[in-house]
Amino acid sequence: MQMQKTSNDKAIEVQGLRKSFDDHEVLRGIDETILRGEKVVVIGPSGSGKSTFLRCLNLLEKPTAGRIWVHGEEITSRKCKVDDLRQKMGMVFQHFNLFPHKTILDNITLAPVYKKIMTPEQARQKACDLLKRIGMLDKADTYPNMLSGGQKQRVAIVRALAMNPEVMLFDEPTSALDPEMVGEVLELMKELANDGMTMVVVTHEMGFAREVGTRVLFMDEGVILEQNSPAEFFAHPKNPRLCDFLSKVL
Amino acid sequence: MLNSLLAACNAFKEAVTSTFIVDNRYQIFLTGIQNTLLITVGALAVGVVLGVLVAITRVYYLQYGPYSFWKSLGRFLKTGRIEYLSQALQKLVNVFLGAYLTVFRGTPVVVQLMIWAFVVFSRTNELVVAIIGFGINSGAYVAEIVRAGIMAVDKGQTEASRSLGLSGLATMRLIVLPQAFKNILPALGNEIIALVKETSIAGYIAVTDLTKAASLVRARTFDAFVPLLFVAAVYLLMVLLLTAVQQKIEKAMRTGDRR
Repeated sequence: MQMQKTSNDKAIEVQGLRKSFDDHEVLRGIDETILRGEKVVVIGPSGSGKSTFLRCLNLLEKPTAGRIWVHGEEITSRKCKVDDLRQKMGMVFQHFNLFPHKTILDNITLAPVYKKIMTPEQARQKACDLLKRIGMLDKADTYPNMLSGGQKQRVAIVRALAMNPEVMLFDEPTSALDPEMVGEVLELMKELANDGMTMVVVTHEMGFAREVGTRVLFMDEGVILEQNSPAEFFAHPKNPRLCDFLSKVL
Repeated sequence: MLNSLLAACNAFKEAVTSTFIVDNRYQIFLTGIQNTLLITVGALAVGVVLGVLVAITRVYYLQYGPYSFWKSLGRFLKTGRIEYLSQALQKLVNVFLGAYLTVFRGTPVVVQLMIWAFVVFSRTNELVVAIIGFGINSGAYVAEIVRAGIMAVDKGQTEASRSLGLSGLATMRLIVLPQAFKNILPALGNEIIALVKETSIAGYIAVTDLTKAASLVRARTFDAFVPLLFVAAVYLLMVLLLTAVQQKIEKAMRTGDRR
């Protein structure tokens, strides 16, 4: 796909990203550009640093070195207002992290109302619309502990969407789900993708990568070893470690 | 046999009359109960406020720290950036708080109380000194209870909240503290119960608490049995009441949990 590489189109840009935890260097120099509307899928063995990479993008992890820009704004600079940045980036976690002491509706409306980006009525309306979209409006006044894993994750996605983010980050969203619920979550993610959302997804779901991804990245030991369009990536892997990895998971 | 039983009952009746009725000595016990309750409630108020503030300060530092005082000060002097000054100050405050916790949990309450009463506040009302002394001591224990309760909240909750754009303060207030509450309450309840019993040493600084009341009456009646057993029973009653309340609250909080 031909992309105009003007700065307007760059959703995320990463230069020389390094991250160490005490003495252990997890990210060893990542350079990457993610354009608006791209669906970048990151795969790799555990310990490769893919989650750490994702978490650096919204500064849940503070990079040890390197620079990151989100929509042209350098987030690794001291002037960056982290909270404002995170409003523009939604994150979905492996273990959902819904607020157990709040109802589903409150989970979704809490942030928009508190950050004053919507009035309570607007937030309520938006939450109901989002719940309707995932067919869970009847669960609005229940608590997270009454839901199944798949339902919780879909609510978590919707909660992130309620903030009208420009980028959605997914950290192994289906890894903690029973197999029969993986599909419903992936379906929702597919819908999001089709609506044009810029997405960065760390996952083991190769089918999703193939169907929805515009680009697939392979990470191992803190670096990106190979990236390509899904078709090429899975059909003609070049890096030997990628070939090895794919032979084990496909 | 029956005669000795009758004699024993009479002796007991005598002792009770002597302990409570003669000279209206029951009033000493009433003062004792009143003071014990006053000290407990007062010390609790001081201790909880102090403990929560200390705990939140320490949790914040534990999350973002640790810092080296000299390095941070050096950086501040070199660059003039406020954040380095803040780091240096944070380190200072937290070293001080660490010392507070170590000293006040590492020395006997009775010694602390006597220092407050005889060294520091020699001219203040003893009841107030007792409240301050027990309050500061309790504060140290409450601080650790609250800190543990906060840190027991799943880190994912903080991450999810911050990812939505909520500030650290908002996250603490809306997400973490409400959940920490459930962790804190059982240990806090135990601390309250311990405090009620701890106040029994207030007599060391001439406060007429319940235990001191028993001593005062014992000195006058030369009978130890009735006053001491009575006082023990009152303490027990208080503890049982508090335990019942604690269990009720814990049960009420559990209704939300998944079976």
